[in-house]
Amino acid sequence: MTVANREIASYAKEIADKIGIKKFDIYGSAVDETSVQVDSGEPKQVKASNRSGVTVRVWNEDNTMGVTSTTDVDPKGLELALKTAYEASFFGVKENVPDFSPEATVPINADIPNEKAPQAAVSQLIATLITAEKELLSAHPAIKGVPYNGLSQRDVDRFYLNSEGAIKNEARSYASIYLYSKTEEDGKKPRSAGAFRISRGLDELDIQACLKEAADKTISHLNYQKVKSGKYTVVFSPEAFLSLLGAFSNLFNAQSILDKQSLSTPESLGTPIASPLLSVCDDALHPANVAAETFDGEGTPTRRVPLIQEGVLTGFLHSAGTAKRFNTQPTGNANMGAKVTVGSHFYHVYPGTAAEKEYSLEEAENVIFIDDLQALHAGVKALQGSFSLPFDGWLVNKGVKTSIESATVAGDFLEVLKSIVFVEPEAELTPGGVCPKIWVEGLSITGE
Amino acid sequence: MTLSLDPSTLLLSKTLPTLKYTSTSDRFDETWEAPLSTLLGLGRAAGADFIEFFLERVNYISCLAEDDTITSISPRLSTGAGVRVFLGKADCYVSTNDLSFSGLKAALEKGLSILGLQLPAPNAYIPEINLELLRDYATKKGKDTWLSGCSSMREMGEVLLDANTQLNKKASHVQSRRAVYFRDWQEVLVAASDGTFARDIRLTQSVGYNLLCADGANRSSIGQRVGDTSNPDFLRTWDYQSTAEDVANSAGKMLYADYVESGNYPIIMANQFGGVIFHEACGHLLETTQIERKTTPFADKKGEKIAHESLTAWDEGLSPTAFGTIDMDDEGMPAQRTLLIENGILKNFIADRTGSLRTGHPRTGSGRRQGYAYAAASRMRNTYIAPGEYSNEDLFASIDKGIYCKKMGGGSVGATGEFNFAVDEAYLIENGKITKPLKGATLIGEAKEIMNKISMCSQDLGLAAGFCGSVSGSIYVTVGQPHLKVDSITVGGR
Repeated sequence: MTVANREIASYAKEIADKIGIKKFDIYGSAVDETSVQVDSGEPKQVKASNRSGVTVRVWNEDNTMGVTSTTDVDPKGLELALKTAYEASFFGVKENVPDFSPEATVPINADIPNEKAPQAAVSQLIATLITAEKELLSAHPAIKGVPYNGLSQRDVDRFYLNSEGAIKNEARSYASIYLYSKTEEDGKKPRSAGAFRISRGLDELDIQACLKEAADKTISHLNYQKVKSGKYTVVFSPEAFLSLLGAFSNLFNAQSILDKQSLSTPESLGTPIASPLLSVCDDALHPANVAAETFDGEGTPTRRVPLIQEGVLTGFLHSAGTAKRFNTQPTGNANMGAKVTVGSHFYHVYPGTAAEKEYSLEEAENVIFIDDLQALHAGVKALQGSFSLPFDGWLVNKGVKTSIESATVAGDFLEVLKSIVFVEPEAELTPGGVCPKIWVEGLSITGE
Repeated sequence: MTLSLDPSTLLLSKTLPTLKYTSTSDRFDETWEAPLSTLLGLGRAAGADFIEFFLERVNYISCLAEDDTITSISPRLSTGAGVRVFLGKADCYVSTNDLSFSGLKAALEKGLSILGLQLPAPNAYIPEINLELLRDYATKKGKDTWLSGCSSMREMGEVLLDANTQLNKKASHVQSRRAVYFRDWQEVLVAASDGTFARDIRLTQSVGYNLLCADGANRSSIGQRVGDTSNPDFLRTWDYQSTAEDVANSAGKMLYADYVESGNYPIIMANQFGGVIFHEACGHLLETTQIERKTTPFADKKGEKIAHESLTAWDEGLSPTAFGTIDMDDEGMPAQRTLLIENGILKNFIADRTGSLRTGHPRTGSGRRQGYAYAAASRMRNTYIAPGEYSNEDLFASIDKGIYCKKMGGGSVGATGEFNFAVDEAYLIENGKITKPLKGATLIGEAKEIMNKISMCSQDLGLAAGFCGSVSGSIYVTVGQPHLKVDSITVGGR
């Protein structure tokens, strides 16, 4: 445990005793981050940030709970937060009152080193990004700019503690790069594409792979055509499928289910919701998850949670409170707050049952390969299951890709899951998880 | 605040460690002038061309009622500062939670080092930065009592629970009802090496419903919210009866709606939140941030026709109580009214300090940010298409087959100028009449083309509260327009 966290634990207890609070817990994090952006070979903006904050929960004599978040983690700030949370506790729910996680004191067994990478100097970040921009600009004469780019490194410290003696903490470092290029050609519309990579430190960041992906995608979009509207077999890239899965994650979210804000009900467990070809887990501790968290906002150790196994809905993501109501164990997916929320960590999508027929982009005819879905914040009706989204992608005929000028894909997500005809064996790593390409029949495409 | 140094002596950098500032801790006021002036002088002595400090204190609370229970009351207290340092046109931004003199100095020092500058040597003189007399919009406009005048936690709970009860009475096939309120109180202080020294208090509140209805396989979900920026009594005066009626009505109609058939259609967009079309398709592309990135087709079009001649559009921060209204922007510049497009001709861009420095377009009081962790950028405020001369009847009469977009969801615009937005409530127009409800529509197009297809604007300008996310975070904005007609647009559906 870091010195700062020990200090907070110590004076939190003192302050709570002083103001008569017997039961409380605190979740906190501190971020130290540097990021750079460049433009035409010059640094454009450099940002550095050192931020910290805590969320405190307090239970009063009536055993109702209140919460407050604050960035003031000194004794005075913490006292104000505890007092405000105490005031809020008298308006807290009286049924299904949140409680400490039964696993808050369970030790972490994950084999993930609790360490931070050395931070590179800002000058090195700038030089690295300038070089990457230059290389991307030289990949093709039509690439005229890299308007969105960034290279960042970040140290994160997190901790959880409660008045019953639970104390957990961890520290991580990440480095990430994104490159988003734009083309200009006479008589043609501008086209753009990008790529993103994340790693545990700058030394491990695969900048070349990011460059190549951004360049290859951008160049492949130079020759574009309109696509005829109609129903198509669609191949979702790993990133596209995971973004759609994330948009409809209320399917597995136990809190959403209890709130009747989900496409699932408690009785949905054990029922087939997808093609048997599909299996999905939420795996916080997956070796490829650079941003792995070993405990959640309630101090519960994280774990691999099977969600869909060969098309059958086999699990939900739980907080301590939802687990109690479902009479099961928490899964380490809680985010602390006045109302504890539940979220996924890192999806692992993989084939379920063996496919009777295999598909490949080299052989398929007239399929739409969707690389990136946009406007998910607007075009998804998560509570209805429907979506209508613009996308970047190609019409593919026996391996020949033609970029699609502009189009939307629309459908019903539960229908999508049931219409999966192939889950490719080779998975790819994305920021949101590990997933292969997913083939779906019969989606509506609006183009021309 | 006192400065324990003979005021007639020029400040030497070696005396900095002995300075004992005692700042006013519960508000930003004139007592901050001395430490900020000293820090700004330090930065200039180090060789920076311009330095700006942005200090912020936030008292935020949200309240959620689900069905007949308050399930969440979430207070959040936050204090932070950001320092922006310029050397030529390059800049860096450092943010911190530590508002002590040493904390702000450490942030400044980090910013200077990023630009290759160092704090001056021990015997260097630190120039005096003469800050203007504190331009205090908060005190001048009586905002210091706003926070204490807002609804208490108890009131929030009572209003939201009653609102949810009313919604339940008016809606049918209800699966879940939510009423959500937040109050975001923000005190800001800006001090810059050009003498800017300004303080303001912002009180942003929003309340609304989310209703989910289900009947067998049919589902509809409708959300509606209202917002305000200056009224502590806002929640007390919320007319939730009529909002509940409106939401229930929309959800009921959409419950059995058919999916829209995709294609190209003429459309009529309702007023108020229909203004998202201009916000996404044009507004963002008039921000100097986009000119800098070369991601706008309008960069060199000032003075040229970029839209239909029937279209005039404004961006301003002055409309009383509107969600994007501010007395000063986050760089201390007073709010303005900016004419963007007049009769189709591009008149002005939306510029913050950096945008003005890098593009040459004049600042428009549009430097905005979500909070201290972000550098300000050119952002919209209250952005709307001005009323036209047609009536709503004229608009509908001009369409044989089209779509009426009554309620819009959000949208976005990409680096290539392609925009999109979702339609939450739509109806088919047949022979000038509204017929059946439709769902699942997404509108897509290109900014350059769509602005020339807005051919008719009605007279009923209405504004609606919204949230806009971009490079400087999520901010509160207003979108708006009268009912208007777009001659043709691609509608994505099934």
